Amino acid sequence: MTSHHSKAERIPLLDRSLLSRALQDAFRKLDPRELIRNPVIFVTEIVSALVTLLAVRDFAIGKPSLFSLSIAVFLWLTVLFATFAEAIAEGRGRARAETLRRMRTETLAKLLPNPADRAVFKPVPASELNVGDHVLVEAGDIIPSDGEAVEGIASVNEAAITGESAPVIREAGGDRSAVTGGTLVVSDWLVIRITAARGTTFLDRMIRLVEGAERRKTPNEIALDILLAGLTLIFLIAVVTLVSFAHYSGATLSIPVLAALFVCLIPTTIGGLLSAIGIAGMDRLLRFNVLATSGRAVEAAGDVDTLLLDKTGTITLGNRMAASIVPGPGVTEQELAQAAVLASLGDDTPEGRSILAFARGRYGIAAEKPEGAKVVPFSAQTRLSGLDHEGQTWRKGAVDSICQWAGVENMPSVLTNAVERIARAGGTPLAVARGRQIMGVIELKDIVKPGIRERFAALRRMGIRTVMVTGDNRLTAAAIAGEAGVDDFIAEATPQDKLSYIRRVQSEGRLVAMTGDGTNDAPALAQADVGVVMQTGTQAAREAGNMVDLDSDPTKLIEIVEIGKQLLITRGALTTFSIANDVSKYFAILPAIFVTAYPELEALNVMRLNSPQSAILSAVIFNALIIVLLVPLALRGVRFRPIGAAELLRRNLLLYGVGGIVAPFIGIKLIDMFITALGLS
Amino acid sequence: MIGTFRPALILVGLLTLLSGVLMPLAFTGLASLVFPFQAHGSLLKKDGKIFGSVLIGQNFTAARYFHPRPSATTEPDPKDPSKTISVPYAADNSAGSNLAPSAKALIERVKSDLPSMGPHPVPADAVTASGSGLDPDISRAYAERQVARVAAARHLPETAVRDLVNRFVKTPTLGFIGEERVNVLMLNDALDQMPKP
Amino acid sequence: MTIRGWAEILLVLVVAVLLAWPVGIHIARVAEGKRTFLHPLLGPIERTFYTLSRIDPAQEMSWQQYTFALLALNAIHFLMLYAILRLQFYLPLNPDHLAGMSPRLAFNTAMSFVTNTNWQAYSGETTLSPGSQMWGLTSHMFVSAGTGITVALALSRAFARGGLKTLGNFWVDLTRIVLYVLLPIAVVAAFVLVALGVPQTLATHADATTLEGLRQTIAMGPVAFMEAIKQLGTNGGGYFNANSAHPFENPNAFSCILEILLVLLIPFALTFTFGHIVGEKRQGYVLLAVAGIFLLAAVAVAYSSEAQGNPLLTAIGVDATQGNMEGKEIRFGIPLSVLFNVVTTATSCGAVNAMLDSYMPLGGMVSMFLMQLGEVVPGGVGSGLYGLIVFAVLAVFLAGLMVGRTPEYLGKKIQAKEVKLAVLAVLILPLSILGGTALSLALPEARASLAIGGPHGLSEMLYAFTSATANNGSAFAGISADTPWLDTTLGIAMLLGRYAFLVPVLAIAGSLGEKVKVPASTGTFPTDGLLFVGLLCGVVFIVGGLQFMPALSLGPLAEHFALFAGKSF
Repeated sequence: MTSHHSKAERIPLLDRSLLSRALQDAFRKLDPRELIRNPVIFVTEIVSALVTLLAVRDFAIGKPSLFSLSIAVFLWLTVLFATFAEAIAEGRGRARAETLRRMRTETLAKLLPNPADRAVFKPVPASELNVGDHVLVEAGDIIPSDGEAVEGIASVNEAAITGESAPVIREAGGDRSAVTGGTLVVSDWLVIRITAARGTTFLDRMIRLVEGAERRKTPNEIALDILLAGLTLIFLIAVVTLVSFAHYSGATLSIPVLAALFVCLIPTTIGGLLSAIGIAGMDRLLRFNVLATSGRAVEAAGDVDTLLLDKTGTITLGNRMAASIVPGPGVTEQELAQAAVLASLGDDTPEGRSILAFARGRYGIAAEKPEGAKVVPFSAQTRLSGLDHEGQTWRKGAVDSICQWAGVENMPSVLTNAVERIARAGGTPLAVARGRQIMGVIELKDIVKPGIRERFAALRRMGIRTVMVTGDNRLTAAAIAGEAGVDDFIAEATPQDKLSYIRRVQSEGRLVAMTGDGTNDAPALAQADVGVVMQTGTQAAREAGNMVDLDSDPTKLIEIVEIGKQLLITRGALTTFSIANDVSKYFAILPAIFVTAYPELEALNVMRLNSPQSAILSAVIFNALIIVLLVPLALRGVRFRPIGAAELLRRNLLLYGVGGIVAPFIGIKLIDMFITALGLS
Repeated sequence: MIGTFRPALILVGLLTLLSGVLMPLAFTGLASLVFPFQAHGSLLKKDGKIFGSVLIGQNFTAARYFHPRPSATTEPDPKDPSKTISVPYAADNSAGSNLAPSAKALIERVKSDLPSMGPHPVPADAVTASGSGLDPDISRAYAERQVARVAAARHLPETAVRDLVNRFVKTPTLGFIGEERVNVLMLNDALDQMPKP
Repeated sequence: MTIRGWAEILLVLVVAVLLAWPVGIHIARVAEGKRTFLHPLLGPIERTFYTLSRIDPAQEMSWQQYTFALLALNAIHFLMLYAILRLQFYLPLNPDHLAGMSPRLAFNTAMSFVTNTNWQAYSGETTLSPGSQMWGLTSHMFVSAGTGITVALALSRAFARGGLKTLGNFWVDLTRIVLYVLLPIAVVAAFVLVALGVPQTLATHADATTLEGLRQTIAMGPVAFMEAIKQLGTNGGGYFNANSAHPFENPNAFSCILEILLVLLIPFALTFTFGHIVGEKRQGYVLLAVAGIFLLAAVAVAYSSEAQGNPLLTAIGVDATQGNMEGKEIRFGIPLSVLFNVVTTATSCGAVNAMLDSYMPLGGMVSMFLMQLGEVVPGGVGSGLYGLIVFAVLAVFLAGLMVGRTPEYLGKKIQAKEVKLAVLAVLILPLSILGGTALSLALPEARASLAIGGPHGLSEMLYAFTSATANNGSAFAGISADTPWLDTTLGIAMLLGRYAFLVPVLAIAGSLGEKVKVPASTGTFPTDGLLFVGLLCGVVFIVGGLQFMPALSLGPLAEHFALFAGKSF
């Protein structure tokens, strides 16, 4: 995740205003009706309330207990820290939403009663537009709502959404017809048919998504919640039955002590951080300028094991580039290169420029126009470019065009063979002629992006297969696939091919991610488990996908997968940590509560905690503090490395499993020393 | 529903018939044919009368016999069948003491047994009850401790009795499988067979 | 502890693994309906069974049908045993004219045997006729063991199959397991046991006149055959009250070793079977390794605690070198006693060759803890495997997220439904064990059953509910178990421990069977290596065991520390 720097505004992890707002929200979230969504913390709240009631009662009957009060305080803090973690995660999303809202000013739309007549329009507030209305936007206007250009062409600044200030072209028909509400028309005009109902524009949805208002639990979250609720129930049984055991044994257990034991044993750490982790995952995606329509999509991204990548723009640079030259009989490479440069001076296409760059790089030939020379520019009709100078003519272009121009029936066999070879390998052969002589052949080919092979290898280590999708024929596709190191390819791909490929792979139990932009990608995008739509894509494609890439950068699919994995890893790591914590808490609390009945059980006090009361209090304090301490980790996410599952598991298990067993021993001991020094117990 | 209960019922009947009737009965016949001694309880007979089983311990209290371990077996009290009385080595009602290691009753019982056991430390098996209450064996240490008493009661030289004990010590197979032990009934029976001095 | 003792222990464990390997493959072949060397002999019987009960062996069952068939057969079998126990007086092979059991004891005993628990609130030799022991108890030992194995097979198939709604045919699985696995091994083992001295006779007793001239009634009966299946099926219900401590059930070190091997045979073998059926042998080795680690750790703790002797007795002049011999037999010594009891409580066997109530506190705690883990290391026949797989599912889910994917076990995605069912199953253990114990300790009527007060009393009650719920059947036998309260509540605990666990497991099997198998890749959470062995051990320990820590602290741990401080109760 290094190649992309977020263009969206970066929000520091702990911003002051964010913190104070989050603190307010944390208290608001104590409302049990809201908290019940989180069973572990909800139960903790009930227990806190119970202990508080008892502490108040003790106070009322004139026997105030500092111990009970301290337990109550720290139990409440446990709950509060949990709601705070969620609030701060949401706050970061909300801060982003605010910036979006600022851009969505209330605009007046130019409603066209008759779409055919641009001259007659009536101003209508944007919020009152309906689906199917036609509006006119002209240079300087803000596009009032999401829609589709039905007439005209315009350049539009979409920085409000993408953060990218370079204007993009929007035109009627084709794959660049979708426009987004809130973006600014820089030049020309468009007639737009409104496609979004009120309050459902892309911007509206984006705001709601980043605010977390539409947050639903993801499948893994639901499963984890069940497990956490189950563990809570198990420990509830353990603590409730303890009353009878203790009574039999002659130990007296007060409610605050039982409450402390219970809350320490149930997985409050992960319970408190679970929703923050999920929100932060979506937030991380947004920082990459990718907008997920649901948490489910982010989670699915982590599960993806097959990536469908478009060849052009993702795997290759997208333009054909000069890669080699083959001189004809009696011509040196140097002479051919020189001729190619002169013939290409009139070719401003990327292909032409690539020939100049190639000649300079390989043969050290500078692209200088000779004094007084006449440049023949490239045109699509002639399919050649050239230079006329001092009676000599140079031409470069498609092989048949050059042969025709030079009046040559048959090229030398060495060149005919070269042309055949190049075409077979998926390249494009160009011929270069000086006068009537065919000097040689230039090979243009798709250049695989530098470093992409290594990335695919990394993906393979993560267990992810890459599949290249291209319209090229099989031979060409195979050549590029081999060069790029993808696992599979779909050649001569039609939208139907993509769809059936995805279906087939899914039936083998795999999850598929793909990118797309065109309307004809829509079925495949909808079928894929993760469909990333380019922001430049059509409305139909946008509806079909479950993520939108605001930068329209197809390589980002790889980062999206990594972010998805990071989300799952963070959740797993903190769950493991939380449960492993229980071991030490037993050693802190059990000797403390039973020592009155069996003084010999002091032997289990391996941490040598000062007194029973300080032991229990220390465990409760640790249990509360660990939530806040882990908030940064929950928001930032556990680092993901593409090192394969076995190695990843070994690292994380050591860090969060074994660490989870050891850490609280140290933490509880330190807190015990601290509160003993303060004389709190 | 009926469709399920019907095969269930028949299958239960067939399995019971096979594994609970036919097989055990057939096996009983086969066993007494091939291993008649073991199949009928490894019983020891003298003059046609059963005097015990090789495998089942017997209570000995007379000084001239080697004594077994304490036994916790009981029998119903003939006077009041709802109560039980201590009957060591009651081979029709196997039982251990089931006393906890921390039980006062255990400490008291051992304390009361210790004085008759000679110098400390006393071998553990001499003062602990076995799990079945029918343990046929004692340790070599406990047997050796009784040699002097038995020899004196029988007016035999201690060496003769000690030799006999040594003959009856079973050592672990291959040096590590099983425990070193002495079968009390067999030893006492051999004692009775010894020529009077 | 001695090197000799450890050599004896390790020898037995190694031989157990070596024997389990071919048996595991045999079970897999039987489960897959392949022909085995036993078919020429037993094939006709199998076909006769199907014909008589009108079963179509080719018909596959959904998980619901499979479960219903299992429950129906078990219910009928329960009723049959209840009737036999109540009507014993009128049935043949009752030479001593023993009376029938009381309703509540018959309920308790029938539940005990149908659930593979074999908790015995009665004394075998004084309560039951040879007839009742044979067609009542012995046949249940075959069928309850077979039932456990069928569930393990159904679950294994769910992992092996993809996108199938069926799990096999319960009738066929049960018939085949009994015919081709349990019966043949039991017969061979019983034969060896007779050779070693275990009686097999229809006579109920022999009258002897001792050397001192007293009468000794030596109880006996058709012991050997029952003994073989009692161990092989991890049933544990002894012919005699003293169970395998009785010289007739267990005459010497070799019979003891054979009985230990029989107990371990099928639970170990099923790990190989599992690997075979799912097509990845290493997956089975992992489960075996987890069981092996727990077994060795348990033996180490129990052995060291028993070998050092009782300090309270050492203090008054008892030699400590023999170890804690109260309740133990000389012929087994400490190593074979400890190994036997660890093995029978690590499986759901519950046979004892030494009295656990008289074990040192930590030695007894080991047995209790092994059961509280849910009888999964390696656990009872079948039940151990499916229990351990439930924990594997939880382990995969807990830690599996750490590799950045929705957790999968053997290519099956573990999702909310499986987690819910696994939690439901695991929940039964604390609910029944801790709930039952807590309730009983609060009731004066139930407390009266305890042989002793103080921490050991708590242990006795905790042990009873642990043993019943885990379907083990061993006991801290000082407790008077045949009371209205305990007969009833322990019966219910056995019922819950068996069926409230088993039904969710079959539901998991149903759910997993339908799922498509996801092909493994380097991104897949690896469940076939040492790493997963460690993880699974941790999850079994923390999720399965930790909730019992408070109760154990007030029972065996308190007793241990008090005892070593010189206290008695």
